Amino acid sequence: MQSETKSHVDQLTSPAGHPVTVLRFEGDIASTSKDAVLGTYQALPKATNKLILLDFTKVDYINSSGIALVIQLLIEASNSGQKVYAYGLSAHFVKVFTMVGITKYAGLFPSQAEALAAL
Amino acid sequence: MSNLKTTNVEVRLPSRMGFEKVAMSTAASVAKLMGFREDRIEDLKTAVAEACINAIEHGNRLNEKLSVGVVMSAGEDSLEVKVIDDGKGMRSHPSKPDIDRKMHGEEDPRGMGMFLIQALVDEAEWVAGANGKSSYVRLVIRLDKEQA
Repeated sequence: MQSETKSHVDQLTSPAGHPVTVLRFEGDIASTSKDAVLGTYQALPKATNKLILLDFTKVDYINSSGIALVIQLLIEASNSGQKVYAYGLSAHFVKVFTMVGITKYAGLFPSQAEALAAL
Repeated sequence: MSNLKTTNVEVRLPSRMGFEKVAMSTAASVAKLMGFREDRIEDLKTAVAEACINAIEHGNRLNEKLSVGVVMSAGEDSLEVKVIDDGKGMRSHPSKPDIDRKMHGEEDPRGMGMFLIQALVDEAEWVAGANGKSSYVRLVIRLDKEQA
């Protein structure tokens, strides 16, 4: 019954010239999203993907299991020397991510342009 | 719904992940009819979804022969939601997640549902059923005076 989570990866360059890997998610982020969230991230070569940007623009529903997957991604990224940022969250989920402390380990931005400009 | 006294809406969910969204959407519709602000409706949606997930996963242990009852009672200035399952009730109290401990592998990345419920509504209580069944979580959100 849970909607499938879709994900795909884009490679961009920030205005400062840094390569940025964008993970774009679509659908729900819930317990069934492990492959779409962690699987997609884990398929990226860690040595060449140092800046990771998570795109939540097309995500409507994130539950605590989905937040846990994001935290697992942050743990793996931290252990691999990668930096993670995110954009496209609704005001409500910006609040929720802040409440659980994710903002300490992943900078949040309103849009892709604002995120790239800061990287 | 300005002449509303108390109106009950009830939903019965199968104990299957994903069906929490049915209760979430229903609660959002009731809250919208009552005149809640959009940001409070979003808070309620997350709290109700998390309460249903706990009931499905921990209360009814994903047993599809059991259902989760969701009773919404719309009063004049507040909305109460009871999420009822056939478990023994929550023994632990919600604790604030410690992101540093999670990041260092000292705390499970999961386990934030109860914290989110308590943080997003005005009242939350977990009540164990007297006979070890029919436990429930009771949530209340109140209309602010300026939005009533």
